[in-house]
Amino acid sequence: MPYDWNFTIVLRYLPQLLEGGLHTIILSAAAIALAAPIGVVMGVIRQQRVPILAPIAVAYIDFFRTSVALVLICWCYFALPVLIGVTLSTFTAVTIAIGLQASAYLAELVRAGLQSISVGQWEAARALGMGTRLRLQYIILPQAARRMIPVFFLLVIEVFKTSTLAGFVTYPEIVYEAYRVATDIYRPIETFTIVGAICFVFLFSLGRIALYLERRYAVVER
Amino acid sequence: MTEVLRLENLAKSYGQAQVLKDINLTVRKGETVCVIGASGSGKSTLLRCVNFLGYPTGGRIFLEGKLVGREVIDRSGRTEMRYREAELCAVRAHVGMVFQQFNLFPHMTAEENVMIGPVKIRGLSKAEAKARAAEHLQRVGILEKAGAYPGQLSGGQQQRVAIARALAMEPSIMLFDEATSALDPELVGEVLLAMRKLAQEGTTMLVVTHELGFAYNVAHRVIFLHEGTIHEEGTPEEVLVNPKKPRTQDFLRGVTTFRMPEPRIAPA
Repeated sequence: MPYDWNFTIVLRYLPQLLEGGLHTIILSAAAIALAAPIGVVMGVIRQQRVPILAPIAVAYIDFFRTSVALVLICWCYFALPVLIGVTLSTFTAVTIAIGLQASAYLAELVRAGLQSISVGQWEAARALGMGTRLRLQYIILPQAARRMIPVFFLLVIEVFKTSTLAGFVTYPEIVYEAYRVATDIYRPIETFTIVGAICFVFLFSLGRIALYLERRYAVVER
Repeated sequence: MTEVLRLENLAKSYGQAQVLKDINLTVRKGETVCVIGASGSGKSTLLRCVNFLGYPTGGRIFLEGKLVGREVIDRSGRTEMRYREAELCAVRAHVGMVFQQFNLFPHMTAEENVMIGPVKIRGLSKAEAKARAAEHLQRVGILEKAGAYPGQLSGGQQQRVAIARALAMEPSIMLFDEATSALDPELVGEVLLAMRKLAQEGTTMLVVTHELGFAYNVAHRVIFLHEGTIHEEGTPEEVLVNPKKPRTQDFLRGVTTFRMPEPRIAPA
């Protein structure tokens, strides 16, 4: 049976889909903004084997790394009000859920990045009389960050995709909007194809930016 | 002359393995002391103990006459040293270290490598540090590469920048840990010449090296380390030319098995 493709009708809903896309981007950005400081701190604590804190960081990382995003979202949105009486907006709930999970991934990325810097760099900084904080701030983290760029953008892309689960708690992100449009006009194939195209354009551009940054800040090593 | 560094009964062990035993050594201001010996004799460990990249497990270290650390008597009545990290940072800031692998910071230019210590540790302004960096890069003859990144420099150039980085902290003593061992053979000379210049300018230096010719020509004193102890010490003439101990003789025999006449070329 031939299928009668009709994109024109979907394009009328393009503003709605783009708005969903914008929500997805804002949500992803918020999640990354939450994940970044937590991830860096957790990663440093774990790599430096800070007494007392390191095992806590390990437990934190293991917990969030192994939990299912949808379950976390569900917990933040539905379970927290029941358990501790805190009611969060869908946006806040999903940001926390995805942000915390991303922070666990990021912590591992930071740890790997720090470990990839040769012992000689740590020692040279130490030999100058730098304490741990100065060494991390000026010598180790700047170098590790450069090496982390490609994988960091991989993480950003993952967060972007994971954020499409926010529709589950009715946050109007792109897939949620697409679902509404599709049921309105009975054109799921075309609608989701358009959604795919929108996401592709955005993520592809992001990838290019990552590549540019990677080259821009590449360190010549020998 | 005033003493800069004194080691008293310095010892270092990793578990059961004793790497350094009962090292007694004084380095005076303006003196260049070369440490020679086989691999595993404890040369590098000795240097690393002096600036506490490795912690001594026994003995005492005096820098500029001041004991580093605090002596405590433990329950069994033995004296032990306790070190505070903040104090050790201050000690390291006064002890310049040059590594075999240079260990320049690859994300900074040569100049920035030299400036970072004075700015972040000594609290110099950017302008003051820049002037100081220029001065020390000039001293090791590499000022024209101030703006280059380590990756753009040859090994010899990198090592000279690393020397300038240590010098810019204006340390009491400079430690060189086989500073030319990782270099291509034809680049060894430029680094050794820079080191000799420092020695002649009165820099206090403790130099671990396999370059016996350098030790002979530059050192005031040579120390032969064997199995973690100072086996023989004296003037270059005494240790390198007229060694008395069989172990020193064995070492020198091994290092100078084949000899050749001086090449008929103008010296550097």
